[in-house]
Amino acid sequence: MTPLLSVEGLAGVVFLGFVLIIILGALVATHAATLIRAVTGLALCLVGVAGVYYFLGSPFLALMQLLIYAGAVCVAIVFAVMLAEPQGVKKFKRMHPLAGPGAVAAGTLMAWGLAALAFKTSWPKAATRLNTGALDDVGRSMMTTFVVSFELISLILLVAIIGTLVLGRRGRSKA
Amino acid sequence: MDILNLYNELQAYLLIAALLFGFGLYGIIKNRSLIGILISAELVLCAASVNFMAFNRFLAPDPVVGQIFALFIMGLAAAEAAIILSIVIAVYRNYKSIDPEEPVELAG
Repeated sequence: MTPLLSVEGLAGVVFLGFVLIIILGALVATHAATLIRAVTGLALCLVGVAGVYYFLGSPFLALMQLLIYAGAVCVAIVFAVMLAEPQGVKKFKRMHPLAGPGAVAAGTLMAWGLAALAFKTSWPKAATRLNTGALDDVGRSMMTTFVVSFELISLILLVAIIGTLVLGRRGRSKA
Repeated sequence: MDILNLYNELQAYLLIAALLFGFGLYGIIKNRSLIGILISAELVLCAASVNFMAFNRFLAPDPVVGQIFALFIMGLAAAEAAIILSIVIAVYRNYKSIDPEEPVELAG
């Protein structure tokens, strides 16, 4: 048993706090009555995931998670909520009677299956590690092994920007 | 099991990812607005990233690949979110609603 008042014990407490934040955030994101609360839950959940990335030995990924997800994506969703449902979601009339229980069943079944798979499988450890996975290794690998994918990502982002502009522009004149 | 040492266990991270995936799937099926579905889809993508990072930390011979993959997932998710949001706004402009049942006539 790790003593509570040691570096490892406190790190464990912080980790459990992040897990709690993730679960709370996911609950809020899926159950909130209004969309703006759901976005807040999503942001909370993503901050928790950033903390988990920190524990997985990658502070850079944690920073990127905060910047891109919790920052940019959540702000974009908030903008869309402001533009599309400014007075909150209307009560939707048609709701299939099986939708609620079916959703619960699908979610639990999937989560239970994945968790069972995680615990049943004996994961083989790698014999040797090529590097430490530090930031300069990431950068070197990004510019050598994965340079084509890196360029493709920038192309996809360009296409996404142009597509978003076209979609947002269309219909503005007649509206 | 030592509950304060969970952060050194691969299974703890896989369990977090499984929970996130379950929540995301539940939200995608249950939600009654397009933006809510997008929010749940972000949870699913996050679960995939956490899985990649966990395997990267504990099992991978080259502990760079998972980080780069998670970065690519982040970039793709940002592009995907931007496109979906512009589609949602276009749908709202034409149907005055973001109920996914409304644009069902587009199915042809």
